[in-house]
Amino acid sequence: MQITRRQVLAAAATIGAASGVLALAQNLQYLKPLAEFRETRLQYPDRSWEEVYRRRWQYDKVARSTHGVNCTGSCSWNVYVKDGLIVWELQATDYPDIAPDIPNYEPRGCPRGASFSWYVYSPLRVKYPYVRGVLIDMYRRFKQQTGDPVEAWRRIVEDPANRAAYQKARGKAGWARVTWDEALELVSAALIYTIKKYGPDRIYGFTPIPAMSPVSYAAGARFIELIGGVMGSFYDWYADLPPASPQMWGEQTDVPESADWFHAQYMIVWGTNLPLTRTPDAQMYTQARYRGAKVAVVSPDYSEHVKFADIWVPALPGTDAALGMAMGHVALKEFYVDRQFKCLREYARRYTDLPFLVILEPAGDGTYLQGRFLRASDVPELKDKVGANPEWKTVVVQKDGTLAVPYGSIGFRWDGSGNWNLQLKGITAKGEGDIDPVLSIMELGRYEKVPVKFFAMDFDVKAFVREVPAVKIGDKYITTVFDLLAAHLGVKRGDLGGDYPADYNDPKPYTPAWQEAITGVSRDLAIQVAREFMNTAVYSKPVFGKPSDPPFFGDDATPCGGRAMIFVGPGINHWYHTDLIYRSVLLLVLLGGTQGKNGGGWAHYVGQEKIRTLIGWSTIAFALDWVRPPRQQNSPSYWYVHTDQWRYDPVTTKYYAAPWAKKWGNLHEMDANVIAVRLGWLPFYPSLNVNPLELGDKLVKETTAQGIQQAQLGAYVARRVAEMLKNGEIKLAIEDPDAPENWPRVLFVWRANLLGSSSKGHEYFLKHLLGTDNNVMNREVAVEEGLVKEVNIRKPAPEGKLDLLVVLDFRMATSAVYADVVLPAATWYEKYDLSMTDMHTFIHPFTPAVDPPWEAKADWDIFRELAKKFSEMARKYLPQEAYDVVLTALMHDSAAEIAQPFGEVKDWKKGEADPVPGKTMAAVALVRRRYWDVYDMYITLGPLVVTTGVTAKGIPAFKPVESYKWLVEKNGATKAASDYVLSQCANVGGCPSIERDKQAAEAMLAISPESNGEVAYMAWSNLEKVVGLPLKDLPAKEHRIAFNDIVAQPRRVTTSPVWNGIEAPGRTYSPFTVNTERLVPWRTLTGRQHFYIDHEWFRELGEALPTYKRPMDRIMAGLLAGVNLGDWWYDEKKYRVESGGQKFLVLRYLTPHGKWNIHSEFWDNLIMLTLFRGGQVVWINNEDATWLGIKDNDWIEVYNANGVIVARAAVSPRIPRGTAIMYHAQERHVYVPISPLTGKRAGIHNSVTVTHLKPTKMVGGYAQLSWSFNYYGPTGVNRDTLVVVRPAGRVRL
Amino acid sequence: MNVRAQIAMVMNLDKCIGCHTCSVTCKNVWTNRAGAEYMWWNNVETRPGPGYPRQWENQNRYNGGWALDGGRLKLKIEITKNYKPPSMEDYYHPWTYDYEVLFSEKQSDQQPVARPISLIDGESMDVTYGPNWNDDLAGADLILEDPGLDGLQKEIYQQFKDVFMMYLPRICNHCLNPSCLAACPRKAIYKREEDGIVLVDQNRCRGYRYCVAACPYKKVYYNWKTGKSEKCVFCYPRIEAGQPTVCSLTCVGKIRYLGVLLYDADKVLDVAATPEVSQLVKRFIDEVLLDPYDPAVVSVAKESGIPDDWIKAAQRSPVYKMVKKWKVAFPLRPEFRTLPMVFYVPPLSPVVTTFERAYGAKITDIMPKVNELRIPIKYLANMFTGGDTMLIEQALKKLLAVRIYERAKNVAEPGLADKAKVALAEAGLTEADAEEMYRLFAIARYEDRFVIPTNPKRYAANPYVERGVAGLP
Repeated sequence: MQITRRQVLAAAATIGAASGVLALAQNLQYLKPLAEFRETRLQYPDRSWEEVYRRRWQYDKVARSTHGVNCTGSCSWNVYVKDGLIVWELQATDYPDIAPDIPNYEPRGCPRGASFSWYVYSPLRVKYPYVRGVLIDMYRRFKQQTGDPVEAWRRIVEDPANRAAYQKARGKAGWARVTWDEALELVSAALIYTIKKYGPDRIYGFTPIPAMSPVSYAAGARFIELIGGVMGSFYDWYADLPPASPQMWGEQTDVPESADWFHAQYMIVWGTNLPLTRTPDAQMYTQARYRGAKVAVVSPDYSEHVKFADIWVPALPGTDAALGMAMGHVALKEFYVDRQFKCLREYARRYTDLPFLVILEPAGDGTYLQGRFLRASDVPELKDKVGANPEWKTVVVQKDGTLAVPYGSIGFRWDGSGNWNLQLKGITAKGEGDIDPVLSIMELGRYEKVPVKFFAMDFDVKAFVREVPAVKIGDKYITTVFDLLAAHLGVKRGDLGGDYPADYNDPKPYTPAWQEAITGVSRDLAIQVAREFMNTAVYSKPVFGKPSDPPFFGDDATPCGGRAMIFVGPGINHWYHTDLIYRSVLLLVLLGGTQGKNGGGWAHYVGQEKIRTLIGWSTIAFALDWVRPPRQQNSPSYWYVHTDQWRYDPVTTKYYAAPWAKKWGNLHEMDANVIAVRLGWLPFYPSLNVNPLELGDKLVKETTAQGIQQAQLGAYVARRVAEMLKNGEIKLAIEDPDAPENWPRVLFVWRANLLGSSSKGHEYFLKHLLGTDNNVMNREVAVEEGLVKEVNIRKPAPEGKLDLLVVLDFRMATSAVYADVVLPAATWYEKYDLSMTDMHTFIHPFTPAVDPPWEAKADWDIFRELAKKFSEMARKYLPQEAYDVVLTALMHDSAAEIAQPFGEVKDWKKGEADPVPGKTMAAVALVRRRYWDVYDMYITLGPLVVTTGVTAKGIPAFKPVESYKWLVEKNGATKAASDYVLSQCANVGGCPSIERDKQAAEAMLAISPESNGEVAYMAWSNLEKVVGLPLKDLPAKEHRIAFNDIVAQPRRVTTSPVWNGIEAPGRTYSPFTVNTERLVPWRTLTGRQHFYIDHEWFRELGEALPTYKRPMDRIMAGLLAGVNLGDWWYDEKKYRVESGGQKFLVLRYLTPHGKWNIHSEFWDNLIMLTLFRGGQVVWINNEDATWLGIKDNDWIEVYNANGVIVARAAVSPRIPRGTAIMYHAQERHVYVPISPLTGKRAGIHNSVTVTHLKPTKMVGGYAQLSWSFNYYGPTGVNRDTLVVVRPAGRVRL
Repeated sequence: MNVRAQIAMVMNLDKCIGCHTCSVTCKNVWTNRAGAEYMWWNNVETRPGPGYPRQWENQNRYNGGWALDGGRLKLKIEITKNYKPPSMEDYYHPWTYDYEVLFSEKQSDQQPVARPISLIDGESMDVTYGPNWNDDLAGADLILEDPGLDGLQKEIYQQFKDVFMMYLPRICNHCLNPSCLAACPRKAIYKREEDGIVLVDQNRCRGYRYCVAACPYKKVYYNWKTGKSEKCVFCYPRIEAGQPTVCSLTCVGKIRYLGVLLYDADKVLDVAATPEVSQLVKRFIDEVLLDPYDPAVVSVAKESGIPDDWIKAAQRSPVYKMVKKWKVAFPLRPEFRTLPMVFYVPPLSPVVTTFERAYGAKITDIMPKVNELRIPIKYLANMFTGGDTMLIEQALKKLLAVRIYERAKNVAEPGLADKAKVALAEAGLTEADAEEMYRLFAIARYEDRFVIPTNPKRYAANPYVERGVAGLP
């Protein structure tokens, strides 16, 4: 039977031919006369059978929902239910039109989302709670022995043998199904034990991207923050955060909605494969071409987006900044020097830092270095006239040679003057009034030619000196950013001398000829694209507004609509030097005056970072309605440190620092991170080597003894913590991260797949965090070679730091496979939530098509039930009110962003400053915890919403009292039983219930400006006071979105001060239009868009201006089977290696987003696996494969010192030689063999990558270079990786 | 003249992003069941490549479609003699995984994995071929299996610097001259007179599979569980209600357009027998497909019982505009002589770029020229016009002219407006044409993409009674 079934199709011919064919032959129509055939073929006697397929199509119910996956799609779907089962999903097509001349957003969706219903009833579904058998056995045994769950937990984790027994079993099956009650009790016991023994900041929550389902995000986050745990960031961890955005704009990321692409007339698509990763939005890309948009694609491989290109620019991977610099050279030369355009000049003067003055510092050898911005405090005649914060007010020079301090720099933001705006006004020696800055010192008519050092790092370090026009102010030479940029780019002007290139064909930095050798792109192509982009920027007509209006400043001949756009994405963002790459690429965007204009500017799409209802979400997620401040951690630092990747890390700044670096030219990444934490730039948890509850308790007892009043408690504690740190009584945990008291202990992962997807350095996670089998083959370079100096190094490195890994998921994927406890989560078709994205301006919902099947529960319900169990147990184990000492970083958009003036590094530990909380070190707060009330707080939207108020991004806090009252009516009053909670609520006239997910969603909508015009009006009114210009007319005050509205139809948001784009009816969202049209400053040092960054670290590393630096792959590669990397490059003589009779390819390894998955989601879905190759795949070039002796679909082994992958080869000519592409995120639980190299199960795409933290991205306490959650900070790095590829031969599963 | 109406489809390949959403939604609605798991009524092929099933165009291998025999149409398959339907391996061996082991496996030394197992017999297997195996040009050697490269230097398209690709979504073409229908010994296949949808009667079919072999597009599939053949039903339950097919509804690239075409049933066989294939294409469009504004056509249509709504719909039909009015959409592989009623706008992009330094030296026009396109025109002509490159060039020129014309409205670049006039003239388009094409191609509203009248047959019998018993067995 089996054989016949298998052969049934193969044998079709025989069967078919044998079945009475002859008898039927007379019926064959083609044997009939043609005339008869013609008559009969349209008429068929009995069509009643057609009901068969008609019944198939019929269904019982349609529910509107979507997919909570980090894809930026946020597509509205209809989920069909038939016979009580979810059967399929089709896209909703009822998006409101934005305008008649713009394509509608329907039908948003993609094949991955379309396949989702497969998961619901699939054999991969987690149906019940599970605990690893060996763990639950011990727990049950010890609990039976002691009758005490917490004591049982202690016996497990504090006994090395018990600990090893379950840690080494991680990832190796042996599951036991348990009841919900037992699972929650075990987890609560672990939490209570951890809080008592080590402190709550040893508990970590990882869940990404609230925009894709903010309520589900908030579920765990709210619980974790209420108990004092730590929430980890994600956008930076994924390396999706573009650090250049905060560096240039002081904004996390703000981008056009995809409908705005349709206004673009020139598109450079650079590192983002729009059709593949922006599938639902690709129509705006493809259809804009019929509107006359020209498309240039910069991509190393021939992929989907290249299919739509008019020009393909195949720059070699990692070399994009070189191309960007050369294009910047062309733009500046042709559009600012050879020819001049009034509109470009006005744009530059008003909206960029180009006119601002920079001090030139003597280098000691007769030349000068790029120094810091000139400040009002440097200018005797101005410093007393500008009010508060003169160190934070930057300066320009006017045509008449006088200096002026324009409004809008960051000093004005925090000085209470109401002059934080972008009017062409400011303060001069004569007083306040209009100002007229010049772009170049040359405009003054008198200038000196000052030799300034620059450098380039292409194949080696090249230093050169170019003359820059400057004038003297006192004893200092000053020049403008424009003058420095022109010199740096190599655009020679007038009589300036020095090492300038002669023309485009002179291969000196940064000409089109120079980039040719690096990128492989012809100089002519680089020139052409730059020129066409700039031409389009200048000649395109504004979409909204007249050419003569600001921000266009044009005329009919040169309307300066700025409708030229650069799409950027992970292809260029996931590199170590991503900040430089983006800054280089975005030169065109700013020089073309395209930013803040519809149809123009940058368009960065990596990660669904834009949670439009930011305020509503963050208030609930971080429990800001009950306790403040929350503990928030940048995940890259956290995992780099706690998975001990730093021990293996060879990278110091010596590989790329400027030749003039004095102090920071050989700084290890770990040391940089320690310094960053010490100075309050970055957070780190655990913060201290002591339990913050014990410390709090001790310090509060001191205050009691000293009779210090309650109101002074916080200040006392902060001062004492600084003292104790200084005298060494307590230590920062990051200075001794491998000490057991500083390990992370409990980790929650939900809505995420940390291990199977985002874990750069995946194998180190398995080794050091989990303590189980792994494929690490590396040596501890940093330890062995003494590269790290700021850290107490312990030997051997600990393995198995984590006591408990709890994973909530609906599928048994890698994270769940390695977890200790797996809890069955509801799918996206079984719960209420919200969905939003930066790609469109709508909010729409998740609603349940069916209730969660089997024992699954929605995230909100799971954490609520956990809170309940935890609170019950806390009554016994944590009965006293606790005092928690919470350290937080110097936050962006708070007054702490002007904590450390001039960008100078002053380390209190080195005696360069005193430790002052919130100034020279982290801020310190004292937070009270009532652990037995956690459940009651969880289900109640707390009173701080209306007593202290809510806010985001530095808008003065507002109190949405009416909305809060409305919520009490709508959701009902809280069902809390706690006296404390009820008394707090009584003070504000009652609190709303958020017991259920739908109620939480309603609350988020009600208190967010985007979804509530009244609230938007309040927020804009508050911002008006700081800006000093009218703004509150921007939102539609009567605009209101309640949950049931979006169930009926997706609804568009209104203009909110949390974002920077105007969302008027008929108008597509484009970022920074609020800044260009309403003159709200960018949240940067100068208040303008920054080309120049003057912090000490940037200047020492030679990154004050955008530049190109070669990828770090050779340095990071580590052990590679004895292969000498030498001067590895895309030259087959160098990457094709023969050694010991074997052939190897040493390839650059790229992990772009995949076609059949969204990160790891959908990758294990049968439909997706069927539509390509059924398992892990690595793409390589066909000529490379032939050389290696590999055929398509052969198993290959891909490895380096960090780990190993065994995957099928997809051999294709669309991949450039010298390159391996493994689309992420391909997991290890389906069809992954044992590695021949290690004898262990081979890993995931991230098995060969490691986390690297670039120090410049750590800088804090300094204007836009200030940390905020998912906003700034070092990003994980997925590129800069080399791998060895060899045939795997026969493999076993 | 014998006027009939059909709901026909255009796919604009110039917009296709190759995402396969159409395939997945189609599969979920129609074929995610035992016996049908290997069927993709809608599939998307990366070309150049072998397609699905493998090399379906190669009629030496499968003997599908019609041939001319002494000027007379003749099916290529003959009973018992040359019957060559695809084997399972030509499609692929459908598989799943033993996912359950991830829950059930006892604690062991290695991390468990789910292994592939056959969906036919449950045995473990290796995954070596699939329905979309060469996606995005995976498998360099598979490029050579594409017959579209006939007459071209195939090997150069295996090189990075000359590589090109496009996507070809395929459904049943619901042909005017369907060879599947003709080949069925049971007379279980018919073309619906009211809307042209070709169906396999699931009650009458006995699974002989002559249709499977005879269809040159290999769009009829044998269900090994029910023992009957199945194929794309053009989502007739949706079409009857005036809704687009699932593949059209869910097409995120908005490449699919649905609308009524009026055709002359009397001309079908004569035109299908046109000796020269490029002439066949022209005659198909000019003679078989009718102008819905032509009073004579309208008059005969009314006499034939075609409702007014359908005639109005034919006039508004986006398919009529693209296929007949502007002639920018063509049938796939017309040489099979089945007169397919699914049409394709050939892809414009991508444009040649360079690895040679000389290329960019000249700043050429802002828009590329037809002779600069990266996909060989000959390749497209092999696929859509029986090798006639002129037809393809004329179509692509129109797309380019629209782009220049629209750009000139948005960008005040010196000289651009004049170039736009020249481009329109060379493409033979009026400004009004260009505007209308732009609306249809670029704005592409739902109601403009899908102009589908509801089904007149449904109230032909006795709707007064039928509504009361609707859905009951």
